[in-house]
Amino acid sequence: MSALHRKLIRDLLHMKGQATAISLVIASGIAVFVMAVSTYNALNLTRQAYYDRYRFADVFTSLKRAPLTLADRIAQIPGVAQAEPRVVMDVTLDIEGLSEPAVGRMVSIPADRRPRLNDVYLKAGRYIEPYRTNEVLVSEPFLEAHGMEPGDSFEAILNGRRQSLTIVGVAMSPEYVLQIRPGELIPDKKRFAIIWMDERELASAFDMEGAFNNITLTLLRGASEQEVITRLDRLIEPYGGAGSHGRSEHLSARFLSDELKQLRASAIVSPSIFLSVAVFLLHVVITRVISTQREQIAALKAFGYTHWEVGRHYMLFVMVITTVGALIGTAFGVWLGKGITGIYAQFYHFPEYLYHFDARIVATALSISVLAAVIGTFGAVRQAVLLPPAEAMRPAPPAQFRETLLERLGWSRLFSASGRMVLRELERRPWKAMMSIVGIAFAVAVLVLGRFGVDAMDYMMNFQYFVTQRQDLSVTFVEPLSADAEFELQQLPGVLRSESYRAVGVKLRHEHRYRNVAILGLGDDRELYRLIDARENQAKLPSNGLMLSDKLAEVLDVEVGDTVVVEVLEGERPTWEVPVTALLYEFQGTNAYMSRKVLDGLLREQGSVSGTYLRVDGNVIDTLYEQLKETPRVAAVTLKDAALEGFRDTIAENQNIMQGFNIMFACIIAFGVVYNTARISLSERSREMGTLRVIGFTRAEVSTILLGELAVITLAAIPVGFGIGYLFAQAMAKGFESEMFRIPIVISSETLAFAAGVTIVASLISGLIVRRQIDHMDLVSVLKQKE
Amino acid sequence: MSLSSDSVPAAIKPPDTSVTVFATEDVTKVYQMGEIEVQALRGVDLKLFEREFVVLLGPSGSGKSTLLNILGGLDLPTSGVVRYRDQEITAFDDAALTRYRRDHVGFVFQFYNLIPSLTAKENVALVTEVALDPMEPVDALGLVGLADRVDHFPAQLSGGEQQRVAIARAIAKQPDVLLCDEPTGALDVHTGVVVLEVIDRINRELGTTTAVITHNAAISDMAHRVIAMKDGRIGSVHTNDKRLDPSELQW
Repeated sequence: MSALHRKLIRDLLHMKGQATAISLVIASGIAVFVMAVSTYNALNLTRQAYYDRYRFADVFTSLKRAPLTLADRIAQIPGVAQAEPRVVMDVTLDIEGLSEPAVGRMVSIPADRRPRLNDVYLKAGRYIEPYRTNEVLVSEPFLEAHGMEPGDSFEAILNGRRQSLTIVGVAMSPEYVLQIRPGELIPDKKRFAIIWMDERELASAFDMEGAFNNITLTLLRGASEQEVITRLDRLIEPYGGAGSHGRSEHLSARFLSDELKQLRASAIVSPSIFLSVAVFLLHVVITRVISTQREQIAALKAFGYTHWEVGRHYMLFVMVITTVGALIGTAFGVWLGKGITGIYAQFYHFPEYLYHFDARIVATALSISVLAAVIGTFGAVRQAVLLPPAEAMRPAPPAQFRETLLERLGWSRLFSASGRMVLRELERRPWKAMMSIVGIAFAVAVLVLGRFGVDAMDYMMNFQYFVTQRQDLSVTFVEPLSADAEFELQQLPGVLRSESYRAVGVKLRHEHRYRNVAILGLGDDRELYRLIDARENQAKLPSNGLMLSDKLAEVLDVEVGDTVVVEVLEGERPTWEVPVTALLYEFQGTNAYMSRKVLDGLLREQGSVSGTYLRVDGNVIDTLYEQLKETPRVAAVTLKDAALEGFRDTIAENQNIMQGFNIMFACIIAFGVVYNTARISLSERSREMGTLRVIGFTRAEVSTILLGELAVITLAAIPVGFGIGYLFAQAMAKGFESEMFRIPIVISSETLAFAAGVTIVASLISGLIVRRQIDHMDLVSVLKQKE
Repeated sequence: MSLSSDSVPAAIKPPDTSVTVFATEDVTKVYQMGEIEVQALRGVDLKLFEREFVVLLGPSGSGKSTLLNILGGLDLPTSGVVRYRDQEITAFDDAALTRYRRDHVGFVFQFYNLIPSLTAKENVALVTEVALDPMEPVDALGLVGLADRVDHFPAQLSGGEQQRVAIARAIAKQPDVLLCDEPTGALDVHTGVVVLEVIDRINRELGTTTAVITHNAAISDMAHRVIAMKDGRIGSVHTNDKRLDPSELQW
């Protein structure tokens, strides 16, 4: 090994604390990157394999009722590979131990063969057998939530008739990876089940023999989905077709895509931020190393070492730290990725999951770290390379000090000698002080970012379930009922207040863009379902026209004043041109609102209701549930508490895994930055400290000067870090935004306190380490050192 | 040519004034130091010859270090020409200057400039690894009487020992010229003599053209020629009829 390499190794060992801290910061960034990218790849592959193997359809549509002959015509549409007509019905379930009614989605499957499309993956039990009645397969999460297994039975109300169904198999399907109830955004595994039943039996229960109300298609390679949908919609229109859609608007598929999209965003946003902090640290540390080794560099050059050799030496120094960090990060990231993929796979009940160790990810991680390191240290190394040897031999000119502003103002008596030294040092080199402040502020910001996700989720839950939707439960009807229905509901025991709405499925079109949504027609006097914009102001429904969530407006590219085409997908299927008169800044979903009166007018209806929001008396709620279960036209009862729970279980749970690691990495980074800052200022000023000790300053007094500086810098950095943290949070929110969700940028005071607290603790610990080093300082050798 | 610490010198040749190693013509140097502009050299004309031992004498600030740095290719003059044998080093670009330092020059600095993280042997190896025809680091350390200290780190060596490591490092590549900037400046008398003896021996036994900077007039008695500098100019040049052995120096 060459002497220069030996120097490298010994220099690294000499500053192992700092080198380790930087390596760990890099490792944190790379770990998040590798974790997110590898999990993304694994889930993407797993999903693809699942969809392929179980023949997930490409196009989905439902209608009221059509003869099976229509299915043959649909299969003839150019571009369609296969078409499978089904009967799909939502029914009320009566589950033992669950007082409130649950909803079961009954999906017909053939008993004598496997479905051609959307096949079921049988996790336990067996497939249904022909000519046996009441046999069903049930989705796994629901069974898990209720502790049921094959052999158990439960009751369902099929077309008004109570019927006992026997579970023969535990199933999952690519169509219902997430079991989201229609009209909901979040899965509810306790109150929503997918139930697969023999098609003959289901059809006869609903008088659908020889008919279907749902059909799914796969497309030939290269076929245009849009074209098929257009032709399909034309065919099904006379049969009450409610508009077809592809996978991109399929609830479960979209939820999964969004999750993957977020994973991809976390592969970019957090690592970028973490690595910029590492770049900054490397910059500061290498600049410092090079300035202390000024004379060594001069000597090397005097002996004839070339610029390249000197530059390479310091670059290698950086590369060792970086590579070690990147490798630790990669190893940790792979381990985490594998674990998290497993958790995801379990959460989504994938039949199997594919996690591959991908050398390309490692190569990418290494390249990113090396690139970051080069960016961070290029300037400093360049300085070393260009340092003229003769100049380096000459002692640096003495630093210029002057009285600080405070002293010039005559306030010097307020400060002790050590206080004055702290102030003068800070004022003499404001740039250096600023760099330290920025460094620690980054640490604060990363901590803020780490906990920001928790805040955003809390805020969103609170906003959605307590600020806007204040009902205890909502009831939806199988089909719109007359206004009397609301009156009937009001008579049920325990109902304190009810507010009805009319929801109508429409296709909103603006130029070439469109979305299938439901227009929610709301009454004017509302207490339960409030429309609140993101600034927490109550928004008033416009007296004419549509109010769109701003996300939907963005998707359709409309502004207030524009007119959209509304194609109603039910009844007479009228088409209207309606002006957009207001936008609402919302966090969830792509929603459209209208005043009920206006909607009634357009539909030529007199107060039909699709559902009702209820405030109920908690004491008699079980009786209410019993009654609701028996009410035939009630399609679903949604409990706010259940929805809240669903939200916590799904969105929050997945987020929390990531958040936990983010917070852990943020803490590592905070310590890394603060410790380095403290070490650097000690090494820069050890001679000064030694001199002070020699002339009679006590250890405590000497420490006060250095630690005082660290304290001032830390305190100054905290508010700056809050600001940077806010910007980071914005970047994160932007990266995570999807059509269904938007993340509010809310940072709680707990988060600020947490960030400040961790930073202060890091400062205290670093301060103690530095203090110990000051105590053990060898005065003589410090003084013998040349500055 | 290789030389061990116990080899007997062949005939000790006097300087060969027919071979000019360094020639400078009207060299000036101005540099910026903090807010002050320093006129370090104000027109220096000088020749150094083969095998010659020259002492550059002068108070601090007289320009002697600047001159030495320019001769060693560490620095370029503001104006004037410097030749090393038949090459004009003032016309060299940066890469050529590096090459020149690597192949021809041995430096000894007042503050040793050892790499603290390397042992004595490794400090020497740092130079021998890039030299054309080096001796073994251990041999070079033997030559300066440190054969038993090769694995010590600078912090474990006394000042005199550190300076001897620095000399070993400078001569290990068997340089054509040895340039020493105040080699005894940071040492006591006794240690200083030991260091000077080493430098003297290198000059006598290897015939290395040697220039030593000092502000200590007593050292001049061991030189072939003494060049006194003052205010960036050559004040006087004096040739010693008889050179003293370092141990005979009085200071």
